[in-house]
Amino acid sequence: MTTLTAAAPGPAPLRAVRALRGRPAAKLLALAALAAVLVPLAQARWGGGAWPGALTVDVSGPLGGASDWIIDNRDSHPLFLHVLGHVSNAVVLSVRAVYLALLAAGWAGVTAAGALVAWRAGGVRLALGTAAAFLACGLLGMWLPTMQTLALMAVAVLASAAVGALLGLAAGLSDRAERVLRPVLDTMQVLPAFAYLLPVVLVFGIGVPAAVLATVVYAAPPMARLTALGLRGADPEVLEAVESLGTTARQRLFTARLPLARRELLLGLNQTIMMALSMAVIASVIGAGGLGDRVYQALASVDVGAALAAGIPIVLLAVVLDRVTGAAGDRLGAAPRPPARWRLATAAAGVVAAALAARLAGHAQWPAAWEVPLAEPVNRAVDWMTAHLYSGVPLVGGTADWAARFTTWVLDPVRDGLLWLPWWAVLLLVAAPAWLIGTWRTALTAVLALAAIGVLGVWKPSLDTLSQVLAAVAVTLVLGVATGIAAARGDRFARLLRPVLDVFQTLPQFVYLIPVVALFGVGRAPAVAAAVVYALPAVVRITAQGLRRVDPAALEAARSLGATTGQQLRQVQLPLARPALLLAVNQGVVLVLAVVIIGGLVGGGALGYQVVFGLAQGDLATGLVAGAAIVCLGLMLDRVTQPTARRPRNGA
Amino acid sequence: MRRPRVTTAPAAGLALLLLTGCGAADMTRQASPFAHAGGTRTVTLSVQSWVGAQANVAVARHLLEHELGYRVDTVQADEVPAWDALSQGRVDVILEDWGHPEQERRYVDEKKTITRGGDLGVTGHIGWYVPTYFAEEHPDVTHWKNLDKYAGALRTAESGGKGQLMDGSPSYVTNDKALVKNLDLDYEVVFAGSEAAQITQIEQFAKEKKPFLTYWYTPQWLFEKVPMTEVELPPYEEGCDADPAKVACGYPVTALQKYLNADFARGGGDAAEFLKRFRWTTEDQNEVSLMIAERRMRPEDAARAWVDAHPGTWRPWLP
Repeated sequence: MTTLTAAAPGPAPLRAVRALRGRPAAKLLALAALAAVLVPLAQARWGGGAWPGALTVDVSGPLGGASDWIIDNRDSHPLFLHVLGHVSNAVVLSVRAVYLALLAAGWAGVTAAGALVAWRAGGVRLALGTAAAFLACGLLGMWLPTMQTLALMAVAVLASAAVGALLGLAAGLSDRAERVLRPVLDTMQVLPAFAYLLPVVLVFGIGVPAAVLATVVYAAPPMARLTALGLRGADPEVLEAVESLGTTARQRLFTARLPLARRELLLGLNQTIMMALSMAVIASVIGAGGLGDRVYQALASVDVGAALAAGIPIVLLAVVLDRVTGAAGDRLGAAPRPPARWRLATAAAGVVAAALAARLAGHAQWPAAWEVPLAEPVNRAVDWMTAHLYSGVPLVGGTADWAARFTTWVLDPVRDGLLWLPWWAVLLLVAAPAWLIGTWRTALTAVLALAAIGVLGVWKPSLDTLSQVLAAVAVTLVLGVATGIAAARGDRFARLLRPVLDVFQTLPQFVYLIPVVALFGVGRAPAVAAAVVYALPAVVRITAQGLRRVDPAALEAARSLGATTGQQLRQVQLPLARPALLLAVNQGVVLVLAVVIIGGLVGGGALGYQVVFGLAQGDLATGLVAGAAIVCLGLMLDRVTQPTARRPRNGA
Repeated sequence: MRRPRVTTAPAAGLALLLLTGCGAADMTRQASPFAHAGGTRTVTLSVQSWVGAQANVAVARHLLEHELGYRVDTVQADEVPAWDALSQGRVDVILEDWGHPEQERRYVDEKKTITRGGDLGVTGHIGWYVPTYFAEEHPDVTHWKNLDKYAGALRTAESGGKGQLMDGSPSYVTNDKALVKNLDLDYEVVFAGSEAAQITQIEQFAKEKKPFLTYWYTPQWLFEKVPMTEVELPPYEEGCDADPAKVACGYPVTALQKYLNADFARGGGDAAEFLKRFRWTTEDQNEVSLMIAERRMRPEDAARAWVDAHPGTWRPWLP
């Protein structure tokens, strides 16, 4: 894992990796010495095998007490009446205001306004695409749910952006704040959304306020990270120039640093929107309504077609918002357009006219007669697929056979192996790569995170989950890197791939829950399949991008020496793209872990099931402990796989 | 120069806070932002994830909207969170409850935020089931004492060396893990994790005529598609499931109950009166469930079809 191939002169991040080259042996020696002293002590005191019972803390008592206290005081305690009640009220009022405005504009007004914004940001093609996306939501019979989701998203994104920007401002301006905030942001990002739905629901009750707040926790970190990055990355010469003009710190912030960081701010907003949208479905589990609720309800009657009909508008919203904010970001660098106030005014008048026209024609809301049934053909396709692939395919066997073999040949040995190892051996296994790749601090964090899992008393299910994650990551990397290489080498393939990746990245995970079970049966295999589907796009993208960025001069040199394409790839491109590949591993791990809960819904068991159980039974102790264990697993895996340079943005 | 959004967003938030007033804001009395959108009277129904619950809600919704002139919102929630939502007034009614003694004690008896709404008229029963095609071939499989004999046939990759007993959603009432242990059966409980996953797996098994053993319940539409036979467990007696660790008996037959938010029950007018009188049979419910799940009709269409065909049943429910 750590032997470095001869690295040609390469981009800056490589330097950091190479700096480690001389030291792995020293680190391993130190670790071995440490282990030689500590392991016999630990072994004598607590024994080997699974995590020792003497070192666990049972938190179910206090957590159950906290949950009871909240339920008993929710309608009377001042904390709820004077603080949380107002927060909740403000959320309800804002969402309602946006929703009523969207309803008042009607379908024609909303579509026209969307197109107008897209036109301003990115030109005519984007405007047409946006209008088409809105019309498609109507055609699928999802107009009202789409508006509900849009209203919810508007408020959630605004709140996340505000919270994220404030945190980012603090982290960007003060080193101490950055040190404090970094682990907090890390935790917010690896925290599985399902795990904190439960406490949020306990406090705020089922419904929109809880959904919005859960979304903010999930979607604010990228905004915070990118704001801080933008502020810290501001050109020092410009800042010096501004400083020499005798400005105050405040003036410098508003006139120089923030405007210089505009690009990062917009990218942060873009990422926040994406994350918020991916929460739309998860939040439906706590009664957020809208499109997510339709997906979730369709699942109850095992209706993939209906779930897809509600899932597609989510994908369309995500693609439109991504392209519009992306276009706005690109335009920031370009020369300013000539002022076209009259054109804008005309367009705005057009929007109002469109809304009024539809209203006068009696079609303010989407007419039911214009809906296109999609569910029926999709269900037929799914039925056909599962009927013909599940088993009995000549030669290769059906998907059910593959799943069974994958479970017995891969998942079982990995899990049994992990469980067979004494607990201190597992800790050492984690410490070694973490130290080799990073510093002693990363190694310590990883080991402490793993130890926390033991202390919480969920050692066994956590290792079960870990075995699933490892298997899923391995599959994802094999498939993802291969596809990424293909995409980097063929432009046409890359173009064809892009919309497919978009769909898989934004399609709510609940939609493919039924198909994976129909193909792979109930158990850990479908859980792994779902995780692979979810994590694959990011790995493909990062790999392809990394390979494309490889210095053309190095490639040219190799070619002139007569290297075949295969040799070029193995000896030049892949070694040079090493930082990108490491990042792909890291993102693969983080994203796979995010789907662990979904795995719980298809028979993956272990931590995912416990989190779902906690939420379903209102059992704070089970749900929160399992959630905390997932966070610890995430922190541990992140540290073990983290490329030396801190990643600037979250892949999803 | 444009004002950065960094300051406008919190300012807007603060303004909203001020707008909502500085007094007490009881969040247990807040409706959904999507409710009452056109100034209409709204009822919020809680829907659980199984299709029978969807059938109740679809029919109640149809009648509330078309006969009584209400607008109906639905909230999908798991059972325990739904009780919580009911006590807070986020939803007005749970139409089908399978028995939650702890919640009943807390909310109905102590806090009095929830009142009983009477029987739904449907009887529910949980049990272990094998497909009828398997039971016909091996009639003795339908008694728990013979289950071990078939453990080998019911083995899957997930159950290790043992037979697989498939359980479903974590939100459902189950003692199966304790039962397997206390009855000393050579089985492993595998949790499908959601009813959707469980149904999909059962359908796949049935397509291939493979044997399986599953936790399941009546009334359920799937019986029409995959006929299943119940496995006899030691009979249920009052209180035999009191200690979760020592359970060694089957599940009771439960008359499913309705529960209403206390305020709604008092001041909900026609809607509350109607929901208290709502009472139909297992056959009625299955008829609607089957239309939704098997014929893939939209719940509103299924409800309309049933309402059109059974005016005698629902007329008396109207106040």
